[in-house]
Amino acid sequence: MVGFFIVLLLCQLAGEVIVIASGAPLPGPVIGMALLFIGLLVKGSVPPTLGELSNGLLSHLSLLFVPAGVGVMLHAELLGNEILPIAVSLVISTLVTLVITAWIMQRFAGRGVDQ
Amino acid sequence: MNGDLEEIWVYLSASPLLALTLTLVAYQLGLWLYKKAGSNPLFNPVLFAVCAIVFLLTITGTDYATYFEGAQFVHFLLGPATVALAIPLYQQLHQVRRSLLAILVAVSCGSITAAASAIAIGWAMGASNTTLLSLAPKSATTPVAMGISEQVGGLPSLTAVAVILTGIIGAMAGKGLLGLLGMTDARATGLAMGVASHGIGTAQALQIGSVAGAFSGLAMGLNALATAVVIPLLVKLWF
Repeated sequence: MVGFFIVLLLCQLAGEVIVIASGAPLPGPVIGMALLFIGLLVKGSVPPTLGELSNGLLSHLSLLFVPAGVGVMLHAELLGNEILPIAVSLVISTLVTLVITAWIMQRFAGRGVDQ
Repeated sequence: MNGDLEEIWVYLSASPLLALTLTLVAYQLGLWLYKKAGSNPLFNPVLFAVCAIVFLLTITGTDYATYFEGAQFVHFLLGPATVALAIPLYQQLHQVRRSLLAILVAVSCGSITAAASAIAIGWAMGASNTTLLSLAPKSATTPVAMGISEQVGGLPSLTAVAVILTGIIGAMAGKGLLGLLGMTDARATGLAMGVASHGIGTAQALQIGSVAGAFSGLAMGLNALATAVVIPLLVKLWF
């Protein structure tokens, strides 16, 4: 388990280093995700313990956003007198983006996989 | 007695243990409510936990820096968890490979829609230019969105707020809205939630299933890249 946690950390670390060295407009962990993905492609399978570890982390991915979410409190006053245009823009834009993305994907992806 | 209580409070509020426990308890309560509501995405556990914690911090006069000293242990795991998204992606490789072109087209269009609609709606509602520039990258994951915001002349801290709110909106609305419109393909739902609402959307997509989760994680990564390309171009066209 510890060994595979090290794998995740090393991928992230390598991702951060690549970002700093190349100035790529991506966060280190996203590059780390790509690196681990390439690693799995090379290996050809997911080691069961790594699978369990990632299930554990990902089944509570929501929890990990709570501290950043609380940070919103710090900046709530930034919304200030523009709170209405900001709120309307965020809600409508997010809903429209969901619909357009899903529609294009469903239209062009061929046979569907139902939830 | 009051003196004792105050002493205990002074001791606890200076230690990271309290903030860490508070974060987990608030989330667990949110999760319990979510399950009680039949896993209804409208009962978003992040939203509940954030509101509960902000309320407690406000009434106790605790500042964010003190809270974050404990909460950072949870926050830190976001990095390794993002890396771990490679695993569901790998497990759905056959699905991804079959629809690669559709994925690229959908993510590109979604990315442009996210930025352009945020700017256009904000503009129509009379928001200032700085606000528009801060809202534009809202669908990308936080570090990317803040970086782009800074680059184009927005307020990175306002962008951070917009990113979190966008994540929660998409996580709450995603499956329900798409289902209402007859779109039930797990690949499309996951992809849309990842493009529109980055990691918070992905967290909710993982609750739908591993296919939706895999496509959502992939979409989040691709959209970070697409947003970094699209926003500077859009800004040049618009402003």
